[in-house]
Amino acid sequence: MSAAPAPLLRKGAALSAALLALFLAAWQWGPGLFGIPAFIVPPLSTVGGEFAHAFAVDHLLLHTGVTIAEVMAGFVLGSLLGAVVGYLLGMSALAELALSPYILALQIAPKVAFAPLFILWMGFTVYPKILVAILIVFFPVMVNVLTAVRHVDRDLINLARSFKATRAQIFWKVEFPASLPPMFAGLRIGATLAVVGVVVGELVGGNVGLGYLLSFGEGQADTPLVFVSIVMLTLVGGIAYLAVILIERRVLHYLPARSAGENI
Amino acid sequence: MSAPPAPGVVRLEYRNVTMRFAQRGGGALTAVRAVSFCVRDGEVVSLIGPSGCGKSTLLAIGAGLAAPSEGTAFVDGERVAGPNAHVAFMLQKDLLLPWRTVAENVMFGVEIQRLPPAERRQRAERLLEQFDLAEFSTHYPHQLSGGMRQRVALARTLAVDPHVLLLDEPFSAVDAQTRIVLQRDLARTLAAAQKTALLITHDLLEAVTLSDRVLVMSRRPGAIVDEMNIDMPARADPIARRAVPRVNDYVARLMDRLDIAHAALERESAGGAA
Repeated sequence: MSAAPAPLLRKGAALSAALLALFLAAWQWGPGLFGIPAFIVPPLSTVGGEFAHAFAVDHLLLHTGVTIAEVMAGFVLGSLLGAVVGYLLGMSALAELALSPYILALQIAPKVAFAPLFILWMGFTVYPKILVAILIVFFPVMVNVLTAVRHVDRDLINLARSFKATRAQIFWKVEFPASLPPMFAGLRIGATLAVVGVVVGELVGGNVGLGYLLSFGEGQADTPLVFVSIVMLTLVGGIAYLAVILIERRVLHYLPARSAGENI
Repeated sequence: MSAPPAPGVVRLEYRNVTMRFAQRGGGALTAVRAVSFCVRDGEVVSLIGPSGCGKSTLLAIGAGLAAPSEGTAFVDGERVAGPNAHVAFMLQKDLLLPWRTVAENVMFGVEIQRLPPAERRQRAERLLEQFDLAEFSTHYPHQLSGGMRQRVALARTLAVDPHVLLLDEPFSAVDAQTRIVLQRDLARTLAAAQKTALLITHDLLEAVTLSDRVLVMSRRPGAIVDEMNIDMPARADPIARRAVPRVNDYVARLMDRLDIAHAALERESAGGAA
């Protein structure tokens, strides 16, 4: 981001703010202007009012908190699992060859389709939601780590070997740090996918979480509540993504400054 | 610790080394055939030859990264059976780790060899000082020019205090002016520390100005076809050597031995494939 010149950056920010104002205005007055009924698209002020109502009556904070906790648990566990499996497969060509058809099959299978199965297994608890998130986060992280470990420059490994490095030293001093940039690319994708996994789990079964609130609003034909849930979910996903970016900037501080927008 | 200078002692020896690689679809490709030579203590020997003649294979064998199909390599009289703390290599690629600062990159080898941290830092500081890099010790590699990166790589190679340096076209990726400076730095360092070195290069002038001896390899399967003693003073000062008229005779002889005019024609007809 720092690579963009300051005037361009300011113009971009101003334009972004103008677009936001335009969007909010269209939301507020657009439905009335085009005669769209409020139960199809409730205007901004109605959704805003619904926020206060959901906060007071529908335990919005509780639902949001539960969803955040599930997203975090699913993301952390899924990333860890993905990274560990990625490193193991990356270091053993035999294991990769033997397991690749199954990994591919699991990767092609739509992970959210497992949600009803997990609920059958574990009931209306938080666990099936976390499990869907783990499954969905696992793949982008695993694939990126695996590819990164495979593509470490052979000469770098030979350099370490020529200094008589042990296998563990080669991993911790060369392969692991070299795999971090692609791993973070996988984590960014995983952060937003974790929210999808959790919401699908909540939609399928349970009585808590933003996904539940979403389907509850739908059942009540409470369109504003549906909008509130969507906004909150977007917020949760955005915060998760931002958290990954902030950690990435700290960890990969040694990389040359990126050009504007490349991070987003 | 540094080996005491012992002129006449053989530091690096290749005895009847042959290297074959299995080829796709069966058969074997002989990269190097029955190569024998030795490099004595404090000597700098250059190895020149056409592309693909197995020069880099010889280097990998000397570094213990590849085992020869036949024959043996020796370092300090010991058979090379694997990576060896007395040998360090440097390639055309600087192989700096982007997540390490300059000083941390220089310490990479001694860190792997588990030297005490104080000793590592001391060696890095001394070498960075020597190569005019002290003020860049906390920079990251992407902040340096190609020539500086190659100097850091040389410092990292010397930090492990090897008896023998194996250098594979170390300066071929930098511009001509930087190369001259780097050659001077290398020559001074090798002379001052009385290190033994085997230098692989495509640059005939580099071979003549930096070495005590030049070995000429044939096309694949690579074998040593000629050996030329460079009978000139001032090996520590390649810039001064460049001005000696005799340099041109040596270069002309090497060109002749390499059959460069003929090889160039052939390469053109092969579409520039190396």
